[in-house]
Amino acid sequence: MLEIKNISKTFNVDTVSEVKSLSDVSCTIEAESFVVLVGTNGSGKSTLLNAIAGNFFPDHGKIVLDGIDLTKMPEHKRAKFIGRVFQNPFSGTAPDMTIAENLALATKRGQARSLGWALPPTVAGECRERVRRLSMELEDRLGSPIGKLSGGQRQALTLLMASWIKPKLLLLDEHTAALDPKTADKVIRMTEEVVSKDRLTTLMVTHSMQQAVNMGTRILMMHKGRIVYDIKGQEKKRLKVADLLFLFDEIRKKEQIDPAAAEMINQLYV
Amino acid sequence: MSLLIGTFTIGLILALLSLGVFISFRIFNFADITTEGSITLGASISASMIVAGYDPWVATLVALAGGFMAGALTGIIHTRFAINGLLSGILVMTALYSVNLHVMGKSNIPLMSDKTIITSVENLGMSVFGVSGNVTLLGSTVPAKDVFTMVSVFFIVLALGFLLYLFLKSNFGTAMRATGNNQQMIRALGVNTNVMIILGLAISNALIALSGAILAQFQGFADVQMGIGMLVLGLASVIIGEALISDKSLGYLIAGAICGSLIFRLLVAVALRLGMNPNDLKLITAVFVFIALVLPMMLKKYKKRGVHSQC
Repeated sequence: MLEIKNISKTFNVDTVSEVKSLSDVSCTIEAESFVVLVGTNGSGKSTLLNAIAGNFFPDHGKIVLDGIDLTKMPEHKRAKFIGRVFQNPFSGTAPDMTIAENLALATKRGQARSLGWALPPTVAGECRERVRRLSMELEDRLGSPIGKLSGGQRQALTLLMASWIKPKLLLLDEHTAALDPKTADKVIRMTEEVVSKDRLTTLMVTHSMQQAVNMGTRILMMHKGRIVYDIKGQEKKRLKVADLLFLFDEIRKKEQIDPAAAEMINQLYV
Repeated sequence: MSLLIGTFTIGLILALLSLGVFISFRIFNFADITTEGSITLGASISASMIVAGYDPWVATLVALAGGFMAGALTGIIHTRFAINGLLSGILVMTALYSVNLHVMGKSNIPLMSDKTIITSVENLGMSVFGVSGNVTLLGSTVPAKDVFTMVSVFFIVLALGFLLYLFLKSNFGTAMRATGNNQQMIRALGVNTNVMIILGLAISNALIALSGAILAQFQGFADVQMGIGMLVLGLASVIIGEALISDKSLGYLIAGAICGSLIFRLLVAVALRLGMNPNDLKLITAVFVFIALVLPMMLKKYKKRGVHSQC
């Protein structure tokens, strides 16, 4: 279970480009739930994910995962509990190293790294087996540099790597946004498989309304650094793309009224 | 022939330099100019300890440790204080100049009649094989001790190259290579990239200092100026090595760096023999490295243009 308690983050404090990216965000993500995070550009959804992953520390608030306080824990230490797939397919793998070496790195996620051989036959065999199950015909190319593969293949491997050791939390940051529709579809199907097989607690950011509606057990919608809608249970199951678009429209309408006018209306009518 | 053996021996000694530069330049992708200070540090530590009467092997090991610390310092300045890698190297290199003068007490230490690791392998070889004076090698007469020196240095380089290979293929070493390749990815897999960079540079400079320590004992002196141009020389060796091999896998790259150093020495010896002014050596090396760095880019552009014109 992930508990986010009142976290705030302002970037570039006291400069003209000051941005309040997260303001007092709180939410609790139950164990084994699959939460989809949506929102407009700059709404803070990726920032929230990065805060959980430890790319930066929040100004206020607390992040607790299964009772472990992550708030001030450096990124590489949190990696023991968190698996991650990035938006950029090139971010999750080391391009000049072989497929097998990349996978071998993932088999030790969050563990001490010894001076023992990185790819003993047992590890190599398991890499081969798990890659074969992707049915991407990569199992015979384990010795070639991962940089030679397509974005989709690399993203699929990154997903495999992120979940190699079962993480307490899986973070997916628009991991299909940079892929063509067909490949994106494949990676999405694979994501569903991985998540349901190990019953992973998952937080996925997406731009695709279709994905948001089809996947997961709960939707959080963010706007201007806050969570504005939280849809779960039966409501989530019934949700359609049109409903979601309607909610976005709502937000947009509220946007168009400037704050001073909103304040006046509030005082007059509420 | 004797000249050739000398050339090969220096090439082998400097192969340790090129292995060090391979780590900083190819694994961490930055030209670590600490090299110029640490090679001199290795020379000055070993020379001054030998002159003071220490065992030459102990002196060489201390020199290696000195290089390790110099590299670690560059790494710490670079990671903990977020100073640009090149600048961190420059800071440490500059500081080491004074350190080296302090270590030696003067700008040059000759090792004329002192017992060095070179004299000890020579004596060992002569007593084991029972030869002294000259031996015949490929039809020419050469001093036996030179052959023993070359062979011993060869085995030292071979052993260290192999150890480096094993290290970089280990769980730890793989994580180190990934740090140079994609920091974001390896952090997400739980590796402290700062520690990796600090340790990597430390190992790199330890090898370089070792190279300096052996070089000083081979040529019979340590000089505070001997580090100048050594980084570019190391880069040249690494680049030649890469040009030699078609397979870019780790083992070949390491072997390439060693061979690159040998070939570079041979080229230099030939050029000097043909009457090149020794003063031009560094200029030519720098131009060579420049061309080697630019050429692949130019070729790529040229090829692209070729494709366009065909369309």
